[in-house]
Amino acid sequence: MSVLVIMEQRPNGSASEWNKMSFETLAAGQQIACELGVPVEAAVASAPGTGLRKELENKQLAKVWLVEHPLLEKYSADAYVPAFRQLIERTYPSVVLLPHTYQVRDFAPRLATALGRVLVSDVTGHRIDNGQLVCVRQLFQGKINADIRFSTLAPNLASIQAGAFRADKLESGFAEVETFTPQLDAAQIRTKPLDLFRESARGVDLNTAEIIVSIGRGIKDAENIPIVEKLAAALGAEMAASRPICDNGWLPMARQVGSSGQTVAPKLYVAVGISGAIQHLVGMKGSKTIVAINKDPEAPIFEVADYGIVGDLFQVVPALIEEIKKA
Amino acid sequence: MKIVVAIKQVPARDSLLRVNPGATWIQDSDLNYEINEPDAYALEEGLQLKERHGGEVIVLCAGPARAAQTIREALAKGADRALHIEAEDFFSADPLALARLMAKALASEKPDLILTGLQSDDLGYGQTGVILAELMGLPSATIIMSVEVNGSAIKVKRELENGWFQYVEMPLPALLAMQSGSTKLRYATLMGIKKAKSKEIKRIAPGELGGITAPSIRLDRIYLPERSKKTQIFDGTPKEAAAQLVEKLRFEARVL
Repeated sequence: MSVLVIMEQRPNGSASEWNKMSFETLAAGQQIACELGVPVEAAVASAPGTGLRKELENKQLAKVWLVEHPLLEKYSADAYVPAFRQLIERTYPSVVLLPHTYQVRDFAPRLATALGRVLVSDVTGHRIDNGQLVCVRQLFQGKINADIRFSTLAPNLASIQAGAFRADKLESGFAEVETFTPQLDAAQIRTKPLDLFRESARGVDLNTAEIIVSIGRGIKDAENIPIVEKLAAALGAEMAASRPICDNGWLPMARQVGSSGQTVAPKLYVAVGISGAIQHLVGMKGSKTIVAINKDPEAPIFEVADYGIVGDLFQVVPALIEEIKKA
Repeated sequence: MKIVVAIKQVPARDSLLRVNPGATWIQDSDLNYEINEPDAYALEEGLQLKERHGGEVIVLCAGPARAAQTIREALAKGADRALHIEAEDFFSADPLALARLMAKALASEKPDLILTGLQSDDLGYGQTGVILAELMGLPSATIIMSVEVNGSAIKVKRELENGWFQYVEMPLPALLAMQSGSTKLRYATLMGIKKAKSKEIKRIAPGELGGITAPSIRLDRIYLPERSKKTQIFDGTPKEAAAQLVEKLRFEARVL
């Protein structure tokens, strides 16, 4: 019985790098393993000899598994599912944790199915009840929370949302490293991944902005954007947006904040007409001061905001511009 | 090309949600419902593929009787027929139980391509489609922006984190979980609405598909999230609220 954390390394040019969410999940693994009174192990898939081991060897872990095979050089669900299934069938962990990355979303539900289990996805918190892991996750785009219980025997699988655990809480130590070579057959791999690319050079670096004014669905129409641009001008701020605004082409993709856009942490973040779905919150909740203007008092954005105004943005924003100019 | 689009009916996006007295689900008696937004994009992709390559679009939906309205709307947009796995008690079903029903319902259809939205706006597990692919032994890819068909294979554009993308090729049949927002949604035409009335909706009870299997995970209790920060809310007229906010930003947060 153990907690197994499946880490994620990804290509960066000809080398590899960690998906940093892996270390938050590793911290979750250490904490949950400690509470359950079982050891914690980590695993990462790669081509032979290329597993990133340095940052794992010095952590307090019972074991590091380098899951290595030539067919694991590039990610594919068809190779990852049997590889990790074989590792889990060998080590038989009670809990398997994965970071809730785009890659994990692509293969972990299949992995769980192959094991006759269901993954609890996108977990934001947990508690231990009678020796059993109870996961907390969000429903309705963050408006409601739910406690989820497993009703099957081990292994219980869960993926951990960004920001739910802190990587700086990781316990240092020494970990034994072992290579695990799964049985994989090239004929099993039906998907052919091509190279990664970015759409265009990014003209805007929101990371250097001290103040960001960001708009969401509440803006209703592209024609209304100048109202908020005036607020940004009054504050000396950069404009940003949640995903639907950039999808509509109302602002360029380079100004998108959230899990598929940029992660920002300015001195002041003003969210105008943004409800605060988790995909947006992960991109901005590190901001020093957060202001939310939204007509819905229940909008999840108010959970991360320091200051809020519940009201019609088309009335509040002009009033705010006037007050800023007065100050 | 035979394309199945799996859709779900969910509470409308702007619904005011209240937890029911047993804390088992939301109070759903007075809610309005609509198609799950990512599923609307999956449907649009399916209809566009049919326009380009010919064939048939079949809507697959598991839901209570009220979901027939959402199915009818999909038919009005141009889907050819529908399979409605109908039950009032899907609450006990987890994504695996639902995917098992869907796999059985599709066993005789043998589609070339199955499209779903990447996740539902209500439960948001983001898994039913991927599990369905595993159960049916199909290759799959998730968070897909666009689909290109080349004979018996497809090339899809997959979204990754931080502005990265990747093309992935795979043979048909396959399953794709579609991202929202990558194309423009069509409206139903008057002619489409009229035609939809005579299109077939095949109603199937879960019992005909082996029943709803016991869940591996279950919702224990739902509740409103606790605030992680103490938010100061400013009341009054917009002018009064704006004045209080600027005061706080200048002298408390000191960011202006």
